[in-house]
Amino acid sequence: MSDFPHTPPKQSWTFSNDVNAEIRRAAATGIYDIRGGGSKRKLPHFDDLLFLGASISRYPLEGYREKCATDVWLGTRFAKKPIHLDIPVTIAGMSFGALSGPAKEALGRGASAAGTSTTTGDGGMTEEERGHSNTLVYQYLPSRYGMNPDDLRRADAIEVVVGQGAKPGGGGMLLGQKISDRVAKMRNLPKGIDQRSACRHPDWTGPDDLEIKIMEIREITDWEKPIYVKIGGARPYYDTALAVKAGADVVVLDGMQGGTAATQDVFIENVGMPILACIPLAVKALQDLGMHRKVQLIVSGGIRTGADVAKAMALGADAVAIGTAALIALGDNDPKWESEYNKLGTTAGAYDDWHEGKDPAGITTQDPELFNRFDPILGGRRLKNYLKVMTLEAQTIARACGKNHLHNLEPEDLCALTIEGAAMAGVPLAGTNWIPGKNGF
Amino acid sequence: MQTFDLEAQGLRALNQALHNLKGQTNQTAWEVVNPKGSHAIAVGVDAPIDITVRGSTGYYCAGMNKQATIRVKGSAGPGVAENMMSGTVIIDGDASQYAGATGRGGLLVIKGNASSRCGISMKGIDIVVHGNIGHMSCFMAQSGNILVLGDAGDALGDSLYEAHLFVRGSVKSLGTDCIEKEMRPEHLAIIADLLKRGEAEHLAKPSDFKRYGSARKLYTFNIDNASSY
Repeated sequence: MSDFPHTPPKQSWTFSNDVNAEIRRAAATGIYDIRGGGSKRKLPHFDDLLFLGASISRYPLEGYREKCATDVWLGTRFAKKPIHLDIPVTIAGMSFGALSGPAKEALGRGASAAGTSTTTGDGGMTEEERGHSNTLVYQYLPSRYGMNPDDLRRADAIEVVVGQGAKPGGGGMLLGQKISDRVAKMRNLPKGIDQRSACRHPDWTGPDDLEIKIMEIREITDWEKPIYVKIGGARPYYDTALAVKAGADVVVLDGMQGGTAATQDVFIENVGMPILACIPLAVKALQDLGMHRKVQLIVSGGIRTGADVAKAMALGADAVAIGTAALIALGDNDPKWESEYNKLGTTAGAYDDWHEGKDPAGITTQDPELFNRFDPILGGRRLKNYLKVMTLEAQTIARACGKNHLHNLEPEDLCALTIEGAAMAGVPLAGTNWIPGKNGF
Repeated sequence: MQTFDLEAQGLRALNQALHNLKGQTNQTAWEVVNPKGSHAIAVGVDAPIDITVRGSTGYYCAGMNKQATIRVKGSAGPGVAENMMSGTVIIDGDASQYAGATGRGGLLVIKGNASSRCGISMKGIDIVVHGNIGHMSCFMAQSGNILVLGDAGDALGDSLYEAHLFVRGSVKSLGTDCIEKEMRPEHLAIIADLLKRGEAEHLAKPSDFKRYGSARKLYTFNIDNASSY
């Protein structure tokens, strides 16, 4: 060893340890990585926005005395029986199959206690969820697993799923480990096989067909139920406009932070847009059509706090949906299971192999030994608490902005911390009047 | 016989009247005149009644049917009898794309030809086609039976699960993981039953058909099959 100073070891930014590990994993196994959850990248997000609050030009509302309403009507365009929710935070679609029966029950209990809705998923409607959800949205998916007219009629709303944020343009896969007898029966499949969920609907293609499909569903349900159309964050301006044209009562827009039960990591991380970039485009489409607030907009993908709720609504959403956050509230990725996460080669907070059905928290599994660990009553209470906190947080911010309803929040209440956030959200960079891209600058 | 003039009375009134029959009814025979290619005719019916549609229909005629026998005296547009649960739907003419898509039960009879994706994602329905079926028919078909007295187009039964496919004529090509299989006595019995219920006993005999089903090689993901996907 020379006494001269030497260059210290230098890791490549391009070929980082994470990248190299994935190359080695691919070389050893010959298969892409499949996982659950949404994008784990650091993305432009609601964290890039701030509320301005009241000042001399705006006066605030008193937090403990003056009303700030939180309710929302969904499906007022065509449905005879629109939905009225106490809070604008709904539970996103998650399937029985991906989740255990008790986990679905807990979602129903928590949402109902908080005055909001839950949503089925790719696997049909379970008694646990219908029984415990005061307001249940029934997803109409390409696979049509479990689809039947009786469940359509006992749903409170119907959500035609065109795409989801984690994988716009992708179908799904439920690996054989999770195809129990009950899951197999609901999906008309042999037990234990890998089950594919198609990426396209089997009996319509394009917006003109979708319009007829929505009309058929309305006829089957006697025009009673609100019909949502769920899209992934791909081309939100045009997709929103086409959903409205096709007759949607509600557009559900899911950004790339939105979770999935199981998809290729390369898909989750490289297809679709963050929700922050999607909302203003969808709102613009609704405004251009004169349908903002007439067709309601629900947004999802990375909603975690009341601040996120308030920011989404200030950008023009009527409500939000949570999936991953709801699972964490139930107990998913809780550090109390750390030793078991370690046995699975991971750690609390990073566990995402939901498709393997080995969830120590007993939520994303069909293994009775694991799902019996999970108490649906306690889980429901935790979810209710969390939803209440989010609502209180959003109200706190709205009152500070002088708003007596969350829906009165507006883009003018916001500024951005980053140029990217300012450009995507269409609000000024903090301390300036500059909105990147606006007026040609 | 209840006669309903669709052009004069409108679709909503028709479907509401049919939905109101759920449970006990004496109005068991219905005739729909002037359909003129309208969409969503007689969808979501749940009563053991007979409906005759005198003319051709648009999209999704008889969608999600339960119990009813619906006969179309003409041709049917896309998605006829989609997601049918039970009952019988008979098309005297041809059917467009996705006939019987995701059907879970009952019997769909097409006396003419069916276009592409007939029986796509079928989940228990029985389908009898007197003529030919188009490409990608029975894609991802899960269960149930389809009997084709004519020919099948490209990629029959692609990514098939456990549905039974019986074709009398030629098959232009088989889809991924779909193979010809041995015809055993229980299959001949299924065919005989389908010929009878499908009003085709006079047109063919069970021994005329070949059976196709899943090779089950795609049931569990295997990287060595990647070129098949």
